[in-house]
Amino acid sequence: MEEMKDIRQDFYVNMGPQHPSTHGVLRIVLRVEGERVISSETVLGYAHRGVEKMAESKTYVQMMPVMDRFDYVSSMLYEWAYVGAMERALGITPPERAEFIRVIMGELNRMASHFLWVGAFLLDLGAFTPFLWVFDARERILDMFEEVTGQRMTNNYFKIGGVHYDITPEFLKMVDDFLKMIYERMQDVEVLIESIIFLERVKDLGFITKEDVFNYGLTGPVARGSGVLVDTRKTEPYSVYEKINFEIPLGTKGDCYDRYRVRMQEILQSAKIVEQAVGMLPEGPYAEKAPKVVKLPEGEYYFAVESARGLLGVYLLSDGSTKPYRFKLRVPSFANLSIIDKLLPGNKISDVVAILGSVDIVVPEIDR
Amino acid sequence: MEFTGLLNTFLGKVILSVAGVMIVFTFNALIAVWLERKISGHIQLRLGPMEVGPHGLLQSAADGLKLICKEIITPQGVDKKLFAMAPYMVFFPSLLMFIVIPFSDKLQVQDLNIGLLYFFSISCIATIGIFMAGWASNNKYSLMGAVRSIAQSIAYEIPIILSILSIVILTQSLRLSEIVKAQSNMWFIVPQFVPFIIYLISAIAELNRTPFDIPEAESELVAGFHTEYSGMRFAIFFMAEYTNMFLVSAMATTLFLGGWNGPVLPPVVWFFIKTYAIVFVIIWVRWTFPRLRPDQLMNFCWKFLTPLALINLLVTTFILKLL
Repeated sequence: MEEMKDIRQDFYVNMGPQHPSTHGVLRIVLRVEGERVISSETVLGYAHRGVEKMAESKTYVQMMPVMDRFDYVSSMLYEWAYVGAMERALGITPPERAEFIRVIMGELNRMASHFLWVGAFLLDLGAFTPFLWVFDARERILDMFEEVTGQRMTNNYFKIGGVHYDITPEFLKMVDDFLKMIYERMQDVEVLIESIIFLERVKDLGFITKEDVFNYGLTGPVARGSGVLVDTRKTEPYSVYEKINFEIPLGTKGDCYDRYRVRMQEILQSAKIVEQAVGMLPEGPYAEKAPKVVKLPEGEYYFAVESARGLLGVYLLSDGSTKPYRFKLRVPSFANLSIIDKLLPGNKISDVVAILGSVDIVVPEIDR
Repeated sequence: MEFTGLLNTFLGKVILSVAGVMIVFTFNALIAVWLERKISGHIQLRLGPMEVGPHGLLQSAADGLKLICKEIITPQGVDKKLFAMAPYMVFFPSLLMFIVIPFSDKLQVQDLNIGLLYFFSISCIATIGIFMAGWASNNKYSLMGAVRSIAQSIAYEIPIILSILSIVILTQSLRLSEIVKAQSNMWFIVPQFVPFIIYLISAIAELNRTPFDIPEAESELVAGFHTEYSGMRFAIFFMAEYTNMFLVSAMATTLFLGGWNGPVLPPVVWFFIKTYAIVFVIIWVRWTFPRLRPDQLMNFCWKFLTPLALINLLVTTFILKLL
């Protein structure tokens, strides 16, 4: 019996950095007792490239394409934040048409990102078909991007004072077709997804309270799933969001199901925004004249947008030269990931992937 | 002379049977994989394999060839003997199970008087193979997959046996040919619809397929018990899975859908049509539902399926007694 005391019932499982459902190179060290998680520790740094330091040795314009590479799923929203900070510094206001084009592109990108999330979340839960169903819709969005920007991902479309190219009539037709099919497609997808097994898996799982939202600095759908209204588009409107009529979907309980619902409704809200923005699209130039050599006046500049994952802020500290003295990003995924270690203990290993999936992280933006 | 003649016929029968089983097995391994990929493709708004052969018919053969050519990797620290043996422990029971399947009134390797019992006893052996694979792999994910598999198989064998017991009570026989003959007027799916559903659900669970694929849950346990397997050893696990899928469908056909009974077409054709109809349903379910959590799976079995099967057994017995 003496020997028995030394036998420990718990052991460690290394989830990641190579694991199908840690969404990239995230590593979670799980201490488990059978199937139950006792404690967990997230380990970061496998995708660290030192981009913030790199920015200090690049000119402002050279940094533009790099902005796409943080969150490659919603890259244009990243460009928007960076361009917004520089425009604020230079005192340039983009023309009305450029702002509307940005809203259209940004919302389409948000939809593409949410589509990817829905598919990946259901893959984590073991359902394969919804992934392909939403990818069909996402594919159409990427085709639209290709039509206007020439790229399907990492578009490099925004520039100081506007956008690089005007949108084409072909693009508007594609948007029109897309908006016609999307509502019906979303209904089909919901019918497919919300089977009793799915509801059993995600309801009452991974509660995030309102206090947690403030304590951990959560933003985006994760915070809104808990019923906290944090959305930069409403609370601190930028661009032309004030002119557009849309709602912010909120959850009530803050479980995985609420976070799923919020994202599904956000896709429809984004569709509504795109519909309105296309209708209100004014004629005129699509870009303001920008200085050939970008030199920000000395000082600190900050601009925040609502990325698909939450509040995204770009902070620039300029010493008046062509390169930033300090470049800093406030990324939503990093804050959102921080709550994981609080949510996991007590749950089963199967729930680990469900909770991690519901938070929606993109590792390259956490490790930058 | 008589003795050699007997030997000849016996040997001849064995050789014929082995050849027949191998043909059905190979045919099924190729067709079922192709069917799965095609059906899943069309469910997912795509075409599935199209390149190799007409509509990708030869895709499974090409994949098999690739897997044969691949290097068999034995990772460090594995229990080599168990690791090498495990795939065959999973694979051979499924070949043995072919013996009692009545493809038609004449096409049956051996019409055992305990055919039903034999079938379900042999099917349990595969679980040992899965546990061997998980244990020998020296990998935590594999071990967890193996432990889950044991728990699941033990749990779901009970509703399976309980659901088919009512058939045995109806026919008073464990001989599969007699069970088929008893259905010449009415298929057992009509009076025994609830056991049919219980059998189908439990069979999918025994097959470790979605929504019950927790032993190899890809997004949780990487690939479960066969995480460390590659090349032909993996292919053998893979083939065993598809053979088992055919076998449980064949058994469902025999027990509930009237076996080879059917008008106009020859009996063996009817048997394959019905079997592949069930295979289609199993594939359809896989590509529609997400995966259950292990504890939910256990709850579903012990708190719902088993009591339901017991109640059905009671009701069947009472009705038979009253009649």
